[in-house]
Amino acid sequence: MELLVASGVGVMTAAGVYLLLRARTFPVIIGIALLSYAVNTFLFATGRLATNLPPVISDSANGYTDPLPQALVLTAIVISFGMTAVIVVLALRAYLEAGSDEVDTAEGERPGTGSSGDGAGTGGGAA
Amino acid sequence: MNHWIIVPIVLPALLAPFIVLTMRHDLLLQRVFSMAGAVALLAVALGLTAQAASGPAQLYELGNWRAPFGIVLVLDRLSALMVLLTSLLSVVVAIYAITSAWDTRGRHFHALFQFQLMGINGAFLTGDIFNLFVFFEVLLIASYGLMLHGGGAARMKAGVQYVVVNLAGSTLFLIAVGTIYGVTGTLNMADLAVKVPQIPAGDQALLRVGALLLLVVFAVKAALVPIHFWLPGTYANAPAPVAALFAVMTKVGAYSILRFFTLVFGDAAGDNAWLAADWLLPAALVTLIVGAAGVLGAKELSRLVCFSVVGSMGTLLTAIALFTPAATVAALFYMIHSTFATAALFLLADQISDRRGGAGGRLTTAPRFAQTGLLASLFFLAAIAMAGMPPMTGFLGKLMVLDSARSSDSMATIWTIILVTSLVSIVGFARAGSVIFWKSASLPDPVETAPSRPALPIAAASLMLAAMVGLAIFANPVTGYLETAAAELYSPTHYIRTVLGPEVVAEQR
Repeated sequence: MELLVASGVGVMTAAGVYLLLRARTFPVIIGIALLSYAVNTFLFATGRLATNLPPVISDSANGYTDPLPQALVLTAIVISFGMTAVIVVLALRAYLEAGSDEVDTAEGERPGTGSSGDGAGTGGGAA
Repeated sequence: MNHWIIVPIVLPALLAPFIVLTMRHDLLLQRVFSMAGAVALLAVALGLTAQAASGPAQLYELGNWRAPFGIVLVLDRLSALMVLLTSLLSVVVAIYAITSAWDTRGRHFHALFQFQLMGINGAFLTGDIFNLFVFFEVLLIASYGLMLHGGGAARMKAGVQYVVVNLAGSTLFLIAVGTIYGVTGTLNMADLAVKVPQIPAGDQALLRVGALLLLVVFAVKAALVPIHFWLPGTYANAPAPVAALFAVMTKVGAYSILRFFTLVFGDAAGDNAWLAADWLLPAALVTLIVGAAGVLGAKELSRLVCFSVVGSMGTLLTAIALFTPAATVAALFYMIHSTFATAALFLLADQISDRRGGAGGRLTTAPRFAQTGLLASLFFLAAIAMAGMPPMTGFLGKLMVLDSARSSDSMATIWTIILVTSLVSIVGFARAGSVIFWKSASLPDPVETAPSRPALPIAAASLMLAAMVGLAIFANPVTGYLETAAAELYSPTHYIRTVLGPEVVAEQR
């Protein structure tokens, strides 16, 4: 089971990072969603993998599973869900206002700036 | 238990939904309540700082749960100072946003502003690493809203980048926290400080990975090279009062590095002691160079200010990376100064761009505008403060950083880079100032009809300059306070005993 969970987390992270580095918003959003799945599974696994064990110490069971990572995952899921919603709306607004869904802004399209030569590093994260 | 400790979090947390729910149609009421909230926050922060200055660190146990099991807030000199700095800045930003009518350009400015304050204060006060993540998210989510305030295509695009970078950062934060929890079984920072020296040799590598990932996350917030690239685009496109408020957001990253890596990976951590220093110092020095190069190369005023922020973060993190009490005193002093200087410059840049009509903030000549003389002198003051020339506090701050670097092995490198980049920044600021104010003044057709503008926003920006003068005058008591704060950081036994109780420390050590 360890191998399955570990490779699952690894593959999802790799796919997420690859999509995150694309130049258009849609793959980037999918990449972020994949990354958040990967990180949720990872957080869950930090409490060690245990099957059929209660999350409390009980005399009738022969062990327990750590409840704290489950609480952490719950928080992380809520936050990443909200953030995905925010970025979907934001990407739509940006697409409608700017007429393109490219994440990179180094195209001299900033009004009020004569040139974007000084911003060469700006789009580095997404380009 | 001293319930005042949680007020800087609870007050804006209650005020923000109250503003949204009951007064979303009445801007005047929003302004009154937001301003009153900021002033009340300042009063509370002053009280807390006075308490922190006169006594040892105080603990606040949420829900009365004992420390490693429940979440705790800790008020010591450093966190009190950061809360005070935030609330001072928030008052100025609120005045500016209201008087310059920035808050009318979109909805819910004041509610988001309060949420932002809640997140920042929470990040400074918490003693739990996962809770730090939650407060990071609170301040980030509010900052997304604030950064996009007013809309517009350019701002939206810059906003998408900002959100994506920070979502990736949050993912890394979770991975780091998960790794550290997996190895140590605790998330409380004081408890981590106790557990880290006891980690078996087989888990050391995993622990280092977790800690260094955390350093990367904090470095994203602090705009450290090579993950600084989001800052110029974001801050240059953010509304001016928001950019000024963001001056303290980069400091959240610096604070977290200082807090986490002195407490958990300090002298007591054995093989892992001062884990961050080897990585932080070179990155900080490169940050300084990139910042100075950007200041020299910028073609637009707000971008120039952005790169000067990157440069100042480089200076600050260089001082932090030395990890000695004297260097930390210098770092904290420089941090206070650079927060004020950044805010003043962003607000002045907005006033100048606003008056130049079509030319905006571009560094080209343009017809004279209203109040040129006043703005020119204020810009001059703010620029020499940022570049680190006497008589402003930037000079004192940089002098302290240089002085504290004398005992370091890499003193020659640090001195050379700080001094050369200061010179380059001076040239960059001088070029910008001379194009905007002098060359423009010599244009043949001055427009006499340049309309006069309200002076209150300029007064708000001048408040930041006045704060710097105040800091320079009271430099001695301030450094006295900072010296005690730094001493607390480098002998964390007291902090740990406050959080975990004396018997726990005695039993585990």
